[in-house]
Formats: sequence, C-alpha cells, structure tokens
Amino acid sequence: MYDGGKIIAGLILFLILITFPIWWNIAGGTTDFEADPKIVTTEKSCIYEKEYMTTHHMDVLDDWRDRVVRDDVRAFHSDALGRDVEMSLSHTCMSCHPNKSEFCDECHNPMGVDPYCWDCHVEPKEGK
Amino acid sequence: MSNDRRKFLKVAGFATLAVTGSRALGAANLAPTPWLKGGGLEAKRWAMVIDLKKCHQQEGCTKCMDACHLEHNVPKIEIKKHEIKWIWKESFHHAFHEQEHEHTPESIKHSPIPVLCNHCDNPPCVRVCPTEATFKRESDGIVMMDWHRCIGCRYCVVGCPYGARSFNWEDPREHMDDITENFPTRMKGVVEKCTFCETRLRKGLPPACVEACEYGALTFGDLDDPDSEVRKLLESNYTIRRKPQLGTEPQVYYIV
Repeated sequence: MYDGGKIIAGLILFLILITFPIWWNIAGGTTDFEADPKIVTTEKSCIYEKEYMTTHHMDVLDDWRDRVVRDDVRAFHSDALGRDVEMSLSHTCMSCHPNKSEFCDECHNPMGVDPYCWDCHVEPKEGK
Repeated sequence: MSNDRRKFLKVAGFATLAVTGSRALGAANLAPTPWLKGGGLEAKRWAMVIDLKKCHQQEGCTKCMDACHLEHNVPKIEIKKHEIKWIWKESFHHAFHEQEHEHTPESIKHSPIPVLCNHCDNPPCVRVCPTEATFKRESDGIVMMDWHRCIGCRYCVVGCPYGARSFNWEDPREHMDDITENFPTRMKGVVEKCTFCETRLRKGLPPACVEACEYGALTFGDLDDPDSEVRKLLESNYTIRRKPQLGTEPQVYYIV
C-alpha cells in the first residue's frame, strides 16, 4: 500500500472527527437526561398501565386516530380504568394532562422529538 | 363535648380540603362523555335539502356560514385565491349554470345560493385522492377527510366540480381571531371541506348550519328512511341538484 501511514492516519482522524459530537456529549455529560413528567390528574389510572403508556403512547395515538377518523369508532374500553373513554387526544388525554409543557414537553424536548399533533389539534391553555 | 368539637373540626377541615382540592384539580379529570354510550344520530344515507324560497326571505343572512366556520375553525382570509370555505353563497348563475337560459331574469341569475360539499354518491375527489385521505364512509355516505393523511397534492380540488374544496396556502391559525377548542384547525398545505358535521352527529346534534338556520331553510336527514323529513320534502317539492349531468349524484337538494 502506497502512503499507508498517511491513509491510516487520515482514516483515524476522519473517524475521530465524524464521531466528535458523541465524544463531546460524553465529555459534557449530556448523554442522559432526567425526565419527570408531572402528573396532575386525580384519576386512579391511565387508559393503559403507566409502563405501557410510557413506551407506547405514540402507537396508541396512531391507532386511535385511524379508528376514529377512518372507522368512525369513538369509544375505547380501558381495562385499567374499567370503563369506556373517548378516543381523543384533545378531549381525553389532555383533560387529564392539561399541563402540556410539564408533561409532553418534559421528554419530547430533551429527546428532540417534535410531534406535529399541535399543528392542528388545539393544545390546552396553561393558565395558572 | 370538647372531643365532639375536635371531631367536628377534623371532619369539616378534611371536607373543605377535599372540596377545594378537587376543585383546584377539577380540570385534570377525564371529561364525561355520556354520548359515547349511544344516542348519536345515525343514517344509511345522509342528505340535505335547502329550501331556497325560505332562504331568500332572509336577505344578507349568513348565520349558517358563520356557525359552520366558527365551529370548525375555518380561517377568514381576505385574498380570494387563498380563501377557505365550507359553506358559502354562490350566485344562481354560478351554482346552476346549466339551468339558466337567455331569458332567465337577472334577479334570479344573481340570487345567492348557499352551497357546500355535496357528499356525492359517486365522488370524483375520492377517486383521485392518491393517499385515500378523502374517502366515502360506506356506513352513511359522508365524504370524509382524514387531514392526517392529506399530502396537499390538490387533485381533489381539481376533481371536485363544485369548488367545495379549499387548500390552505397559508397557516390558517394566523387568520383566526378565536380558536374553537373542541375542534382542530388545519395546517398549511392541507385541503379541507365540509364533513356534514360528523363529529356533531356522533354526539346526537344536527349539523351546525342546520341548527343555526332558524328559518328552517336547511333540512338534514336520512335519504334511506321513507319517513324522514328530507324524503317528505323531496316527495312534496320539485328539487334540483348541482350539475346532475356529471353523474356525481350530489346529495344536497334545492327547492326552487
């Protein structure tokens, strides 16, 4: 290999540079964040168990959206709550979690997730 | 005695705390939804009959349009080309072009006709939509829109022969004074139109325009039910539809 040393040195330098953001964040200690979404509801449970909602709320919302708009089904039987709820982001989810900035944004912001729900759906007013 | 008073104070204290506490958190409860158990309006084929004789007695009335546009967060945009309309007035000349002839009186030609999506039995907008964002509900014939799926290609705008579809060229929220909270807005790049108030029907309420018209010019009901009010009106009056020659089978009928 001609100029092997230069090529290998160049490759190493390239790898260091391209992974720089990772090193930078590790050095700065910003790879992890503590999220503590504030729950203000007086309901005893969410529509699914809390653990399931934490990891799957986006799938639930996707499913609800299709069932409501396309299949004209509005009621969802929640086993966790033991009753029917309306499949609605604005009416059901946000009635228990009207504190979007302390609840939704608490994880979405540090994760860099920008759901487009609120481009159309009206977020609750957070007057205190 | 003192023991009783202590008990009383305890109970009273806790009761006050419970009441004020639940008041403070009152908003953070699941909203009651009695309509979920049924009681919604259902039909095999929704249709509307518009009595133009009654409508024309109320000159300059815009109650149906105002109610609809308020209910559904329809923005008020001054620029004609960017306008969003769910229900609006069109001159007879535009709405029923094929019905007029050279001796049609000017007064009729220029009379305002309330027009909206015709919820066609054979909707061309549904045929052309590449994402199935607009679709006909087989259960009741409503031509629905799934705004989540609309990619803004505007084929439906071109496909609809009635001009019932509006495209959001601008962010609609910038053109609203007040946002009605229980209905979403749309976003820039999405097409919208009348949905026959399917969210209201589900709750057992008639469409907003029908409710707002206190003169009884708008009648809404099930075309498949021979005893429905729309069927009775159709049987006892001569009615016309917009551009019937196209074969779209519009489901908004006009008593002239």
